[in-house]
Amino acid sequence: MHFFAECLNKTDHNMSEIAQKVKAIIVDKLGVEESEVTPEASFTNDLGADSLDTVELIMEFEKEFNISIPDDQAEQIGTVGQAISYLEANVK
Amino acid sequence: MNLKRVVVTGLGALTPIGKTVPEFWEGLKNGVSGAAPITRFDASLFKTQFACEVKDFDAEQYLDRKEARKMDPFTQYAMIAADEAILDSGLDLEKINLLRAGVIWGSGIGGLKTFQDEVSDFVRGDGTPRFNPFFIPKMIADISTGFISIKYGFKGPNFVTVSACASGTNALIDAFNYIRLGKADVFISGGSEAAVTEAGIGGFNAMKALSQRNDAPETASRPFDKDRDGFVLGEGAGAIILEEYEHAKARGAKIYAELVGGGMTADAHHITAPHPDGEGASNVMQLALEDAGLKPEDIDYINVHGTSTPLGDVSEVKAIQKVFGDHAYKLNISSTKSMTGHLLGAAGAIEAIASILAVQNGIVPPTINHFTDDENLDVHLNLTFNKAQKREVRAALSNTFGFGGHNCSIIFKKIAG
Repeated sequence: MHFFAECLNKTDHNMSEIAQKVKAIIVDKLGVEESEVTPEASFTNDLGADSLDTVELIMEFEKEFNISIPDDQAEQIGTVGQAISYLEANVK
Repeated sequence: MNLKRVVVTGLGALTPIGKTVPEFWEGLKNGVSGAAPITRFDASLFKTQFACEVKDFDAEQYLDRKEARKMDPFTQYAMIAADEAILDSGLDLEKINLLRAGVIWGSGIGGLKTFQDEVSDFVRGDGTPRFNPFFIPKMIADISTGFISIKYGFKGPNFVTVSACASGTNALIDAFNYIRLGKADVFISGGSEAAVTEAGIGGFNAMKALSQRNDAPETASRPFDKDRDGFVLGEGAGAIILEEYEHAKARGAKIYAELVGGGMTADAHHITAPHPDGEGASNVMQLALEDAGLKPEDIDYINVHGTSTPLGDVSEVKAIQKVFGDHAYKLNISSTKSMTGHLLGAAGAIEAIASILAVQNGIVPPTINHFTDDENLDVHLNLTFNKAQKREVRAALSNTFGFGGHNCSIIFKKIAG
């Protein structure tokens, strides 16, 4: 919760919304507890995702935020924090 | 070559008339209909608006949510029935040779809902090819045996048979043969299907295969009745643990019955219509009897394919009369599809269970919904109309036939010695 609170404090309302949505998608798709979804958490090492789960997560982010994430950039997104940073930088 | 004996040591069933084997058997004995208006989707525009669904189904009652989400319903049903059968068998997975434990399953279609949903999403989109990475692994029919093997660690032969409505029986016969040949000790076999979707109902409607008796769904599946108008689509799964006899005996397993023979043939006639004289059907029953080393007089019960279609029911009975001659009048014949509807690739599995339980309990489940005799059928045959009948069942034969002209027969016998 600390991480999301931090996002709220240092950023505008839009950014916190992104973080919240990302977190909700991860909880839903990976079937994990909210408390496990920390910025450092790796999809594969910490949250039990396999390679297909990871592809599905990226697709869900694309759908939710209506953007297209190129494969080479998608491969760089391995943690919760990396996903949020990428989306904050690229979602208009 | 000395063939091994194969016995049934565990059962699992998730059906429209009962979500466990004991519930299923109660439903069969009491002549319960599983047909009701469709709840899975809005069927108001469809010619057929009812089906035999698994009632009040919630996958998360049985499976982890994350796991369930990656499975099409046909795989969820498979997992649930397999689990009941494994528990029932009392197999100790620590003690058996897992390399000699396999999974052979039947599914006529596979993940139809997954296919329908994913393709619909794509068509509704702007043309950008965005497919879920689980689309293919959820849809393919063999993923059911993949999941079952992962759960129990069974590392022996593992595949799915696809022969439409004969798939479940094909799976059982394959598993039977591997054990007989000494290639494996134990199999989880059976079949599952989940085709009550827009594509399933719409597709079968287009073939004019389904009953359209929307005003009285529970009487729609009426095999051998003069006014039958097609089959009622069902869904669910049946799982059977087949085990080499000495292997079962050594661990003191409960044995339901012995699987003594199977036959497989093709009509080589038409993609969907049965051969008018039931030639493929008579051939396959003959082969199953020969395989089992039995004479027609040794069979007391035939669980027919009997789907409640105008053509199929008559040609199957003609075939029975051809193979069984005078003994056809001493047999009990029944179609449990009158209660369960037609589970396609799972039909052979749940009907094998009905046959096994008939042998074990000395009770023949009925053909319900009989109102009017069909003049094309011999009235002196005992089609077990409307009420279950008590009788000794020394051996039971189960028929299943599939679109494509596939025919399978399988015979279960009371265990001796």
